[in-house]
Amino acid sequence: MSDEKKLAIIATKGSLDWAYPPFILASTAAALGYETEIFFTFYGLQLLRKKLNLQVTSLGNPAMPMPMPVPVIMQALPGMQAMMSSMMKSKMKKKGVASIEELRDLCVEAEVKLIACQMTVDLFEFDTSEFVSGIEYGGAATFFEFAGQSDICLYI
Amino acid sequence: MTDFSQELDASGLNCPLPILRAKKALGAMASGEVLKIIATDPGSVKDFDSFAKQTGNELMESKEEGGKFLFLMKKK
Repeated sequence: MSDEKKLAIIATKGSLDWAYPPFILASTAAALGYETEIFFTFYGLQLLRKKLNLQVTSLGNPAMPMPMPVPVIMQALPGMQAMMSSMMKSKMKKKGVASIEELRDLCVEAEVKLIACQMTVDLFEFDTSEFVSGIEYGGAATFFEFAGQSDICLYI
Repeated sequence: MTDFSQELDASGLNCPLPILRAKKALGAMASGEVLKIIATDPGSVKDFDSFAKQTGNELMESKEEGGKFLFLMKKK
């Protein structure tokens, strides 16, 4: 057994804002010498798609900072989500925040192990050819094999 | 400022990119060589200190100069 510290993460969310914590923490942990594994389940599986089109919405999220106050009923109008997502992405770019694609590439490069939940893949009938290469498939027991020896375990 | 063998300009980059870029640059360097890092992210001051403590690379210098943060990191 290696004496490297270990970080295990479960990524369950597939929106743009929730995509950041797992990839930021995993890439940084890898840089610090942690052996790192992310288990993607349910909506988190969206983060494994080669072509990402992650969205953010203020609906149901009253804490999201908005450039100007917009009534909730207006936030639900067609096109609003796409607009908010593209505004968020351009703001992130302007502020020097890495894109999810970039952070994910850095994770892959640092040999962070990416595991897709087989059950969710079957449930939502995901086409695995749309996922990035190099990922593994497994279930809860697979996750515990690594998580059971981890020093830090996060559910995101 | 001490001599350095490589320079990394992480200006304009935000967490965790300065750390990740530094890690990559250090990876291509030999033990004992010094990396100079320039950053504008105020969080990088504490982060490079933590990075050094956890990785064993030595943070020889950490200072602010003209609104930028400068670090000298000696590879373990």
